[in-house]
Parts: sequence; C-alpha cells; structure tokens
Amino acid sequence: MAAIEILGLEKTYMVGFWRKRPKRALHPLHLTVEEGEIFGFLGPNGAGKTTTLKMLMGLVFPTAGTARILGKDWTDPEVKAQIGFLPEQPYFYDYLTAHELLDYYGQLSGVPGKDRKRRIEEVLVRVGLTDVKGVQLRKFSKGMLQRAGIAQAILHNPKLVFFDEPMSGLDPLGRREVRDLIEQLKHEGKTVFFSTHILSDAESLCDRVAILHQGELRGVGAVEELTSAVQGKVEVVWQGTQTPASMKALGAECHITGDTVRAVIPESQQDAAIDALRRERLKLIAITPLRTSLEAYFVEKLQHSQTTAGNAK
Amino acid sequence: MNARIGYIASNTFREAVRDRVLYNLIAFALLLSGAAIFVGQLSIDIERLVGVNLRLTAVSLFGVVIAIFIGIGLVSKEIEKRTLYTVLSRPVRRWEFIVGKFFGLAGTLVVNTFFMAIGVFGALLYVVHKFTASDGLILVALYFIILEFLIICSLALLFSSFSSPLLSAVFAFSLFVIGSFADDLRGFASLTHGFTRWIATGAAYLVPNFSALNVISVVAHQQPVSGQLILQNTLYAVFYTAMALSGAVLIFERRNLK
Repeated sequence: MAAIEILGLEKTYMVGFWRKRPKRALHPLHLTVEEGEIFGFLGPNGAGKTTTLKMLMGLVFPTAGTARILGKDWTDPEVKAQIGFLPEQPYFYDYLTAHELLDYYGQLSGVPGKDRKRRIEEVLVRVGLTDVKGVQLRKFSKGMLQRAGIAQAILHNPKLVFFDEPMSGLDPLGRREVRDLIEQLKHEGKTVFFSTHILSDAESLCDRVAILHQGELRGVGAVEELTSAVQGKVEVVWQGTQTPASMKALGAECHITGDTVRAVIPESQQDAAIDALRRERLKLIAITPLRTSLEAYFVEKLQHSQTTAGNAK
Repeated sequence: MNARIGYIASNTFREAVRDRVLYNLIAFALLLSGAAIFVGQLSIDIERLVGVNLRLTAVSLFGVVIAIFIGIGLVSKEIEKRTLYTVLSRPVRRWEFIVGKFFGLAGTLVVNTFFMAIGVFGALLYVVHKFTASDGLILVALYFIILEFLIICSLALLFSSFSSPLLSAVFAFSLFVIGSFADDLRGFASLTHGFTRWIATGAAYLVPNFSALNVISVVAHQQPVSGQLILQNTLYAVFYTAMALSGAVLIFERRNLK
C-alpha cells in the first residue's frame, strides 16, 4: 500500500488588491510515496514544497486535486492520528515547558494518559531534551525548539512523518543526530517524507526524491537512477553576457545571471570549453566540479527549466 | 464535551493565567474596587449605593478589557506564530479549536469574576458591616456581567478569525460601546420612517443588547430583578454567543493558513 498518493493537487492563489490576479503556487502534482521509504522533497525556496505539505496537513485548501494518506482519504480525521508533522521553523506555545507541550500534543493526538507519560519520557531522551524538560520554551534556542518540534512529531508513534526542513537551525552535530533519527524511524518501519534544499542530506538519506521547481515536478525517482545521466559534469562560469558558438557546440546549456554566464558541461569537454573562452577573450571566473551527483542533477533540472522559461518569453 | 475541546480550553486558560498582563488588570480592578470604599465615605448616606455601583462597573469594564485583549489574539496570534500548524495537523477539527478557545477564555473570565466578586462583597461588608437579603441581588448583576463577557468573547473570536488583532480590538470595542446603548438605538429606530426605519431597526437588533444586561444601577438601589429578565437575558446571551461562534467557525473553516 502506498503511504501517500497525491492525485493532481494544485494550488492557485488570487493576489493583488482585488484578488483577481491568479498566481499558481503548485501545478497539478502527481506523486506516490511507498510505505517504509524515506522520501526527499527537494526544491529551491519558493518551489512549492511547503505549500504541498500544508495542503496534505489540511492547513491550506487545494484549488483542485486530492490525496490519499495511508490508504484513506486525506481529510479523514483518523488519518491525522497516524501522522506526525514538523513545520518549517517551528514555533510553539512559549509559556509551556517542553514536558507540558508534549503532554498537550499527546492529549490532542489521543494518546492515553499512562502511555503518554512513558512516550513523553522516551521522546525527550531521543531528542536530547530530558535535562530541560521543565524549562519554558521561551528560554529555548532555535536548535532546541527544532528538537522539541521533532519530539512532538514522533510523540504519538505515527506511521508516517512529515518533516519540513528538519535540519534548519541545527548545528552540524544536531544535523547528524536528526539524520540518525530519520534512519532509525525507517528501521522502525515508518515512512518519512521530508522537504529540504540541503541536497547532501537528501542524497545520504533518501530512498527516492522528487524535485520541485516553480511549482512543477521536474523529476522523481531513486537518487542513483536520477543521477546516472549527469555523472562527471563541471560548471563553468565566465564574465560577460554572450555565449560563444563553440561553447554551444559542446552541448552546454547556458544561463545568464547579471554579467555572468554559467554552463554545465561534461567533464571531458572542460579543456575545449577553456579554449573556447580564450579564443573569445572572455574572462573565466570559475570551473567547479559538481560536488555531488544529485546536486548536478538538481542544477541541470533547474537550468533546463529556466532556459525553457527564457525561450518561451 | 468533546475531550479535545476540553484540552484546548484548558491550554487557553493556562495561557491566560500565565500572562502577566491579566494580573495587572485584575490588580488595577481590585484597587479601583478598594478606592470605591473611600469614594463611598464621601457620599453621605449613600455609601452602599455608590460603592456597589462603582465596584460592579469596575468588574464589568475590566472584564470586557480582558475579554477583548485576550480574545482578539486567540486565533490571529496562533496563525501569525504558526502554533496552529501543529494543532490542526492532529485529529483536531477546526470548529473544535474555535469552541475550545472560546471555553478557555470564558473560563478565565468566570474565574476572574469570581475573585473580583469576593473583592466586591468584602468591600461591601467593610462598609455595611453585615449583609442583607437584597445584597444577594449583586450575584444577579455579576451573572449578567458574565453573560456580557460570553458575548464579548465570542465577538472577539469572530473578529480574530478573519482580521488582525488591532482591527479586531477596534471592532469588538466599538460593538461593546454601541451595544451599551442598544436600548437608545432601538428607541431611535422607532422614531424613523420608511427605509431608514428598516435599516435602523436591523442595526439596532444586530448589535448585542448590553443595556439589557446592565442591572448594576437597579441592584445598587436594591430593587428586584425579575426572573423573566434573568431567563430572557440568559437565552439572549446563549443565542447571540452561539451565532457569533458559528460565524467564527464558518469563516475559519474556509481559511487558508498561509
């Protein structure tokens, strides 16, 4: 059974003073996440990741489309007892202590009294907040709040967990701990759906990823599957607003930003690209091997969509 | 009552009692109530009348300020601070959230009124040295004040469900002021003719009738309050509150939490 089936969800906001100008935040999205997998939802800021998550949580209503979560209609209140959600940059009732906050959320999730006490102690240990469980959240640092957020998301032992930018605000050690926790959740048989723009996290954790850009799904699949086509590429950046014909002949897809041009080319064409720039007397700024293969795929997808949008104009 | 409504109400109550502003307002109201003893001593032979009038007015006014001050932020603050996201992503229906918030604030005001009532009776005992049967009427006035708070709470929640805290405060306080002159408004409507009469009568009946709930002067004069008025006011407050809360739920059920 699929854990999440997104069936054409889309969102258009009406903007402007009279709210007559439509602005599409999410194009019809079709996506399936299998049970027990760690699924990465990737995209730059403003891609539509948070909008999708908010729709799945019932915080924002879709313009069209529907979804099924754990085999049930997403609007079924029963479903919500089996999912956990960590919003982006979470903020909680700051007059409560960490223990009181978890107790309140446990009550709302329908966790019975005795179980609740035990679960609260367990998750506090798990996220490393036991020593500060009696401290009001207004005295918590950003990283501690993020930990409290993770604790409330897993408190009721949900089958499916949604994390929106779970590493945000955490130091390197904290990020490592969250990565370990996500892996533990997978070992416990839970499905984890998390959005991020930190590609290295996604690459090291996810079974499958989806890439979203400007509200459109650009690719979905296993990391190795997606990246196999873009192994060994380099990004060449030079000053100017023109692209030499010989550079285009190398198969580079160029993107102009201000007075610089960047192109992603196969690593084997690197020398030919430098020669082409020399011949045209263009100033080379940088040649950077694309650090991770997922990053290469991501950049290529984004550049492709920007070029397509530019050509359309 | 649905358990989730109870949990939300209890958390709202906890939020209110941990807010220092509430204590400042209560302290100020008690101070005013105490000061009424000295004002009463200046009013020869009518110490009781002036004292009861001033103290009950203080309870009413400060309760309204607390209701508006806390009520306007109940929904909008949760949206602004995004605390609502982790509540509504649980098996909590939106209407349960609104109703829970209402009961939490109403509970805060009832407890608050209870303590202020102790202050009122304590000060009265200080002035008259012993209670008489007619002093029991003060309880009726306090009951009507609580009914007034319920209406104000529901209105503050209604405005809070679609506008900013500042605008909600302006709307709620304006309605409180207009509603306090509801009888005059109805009198004015009866003097007009034609289309104006329709509009004026509609407006007069739409605003909450706080003047019917104000029996402070009657009680201060130790005049009786009829059982019929108590019943009428109770039904009116329940109906008005239910309507305002339904409005808040209808708006909130359709709201996108961006």
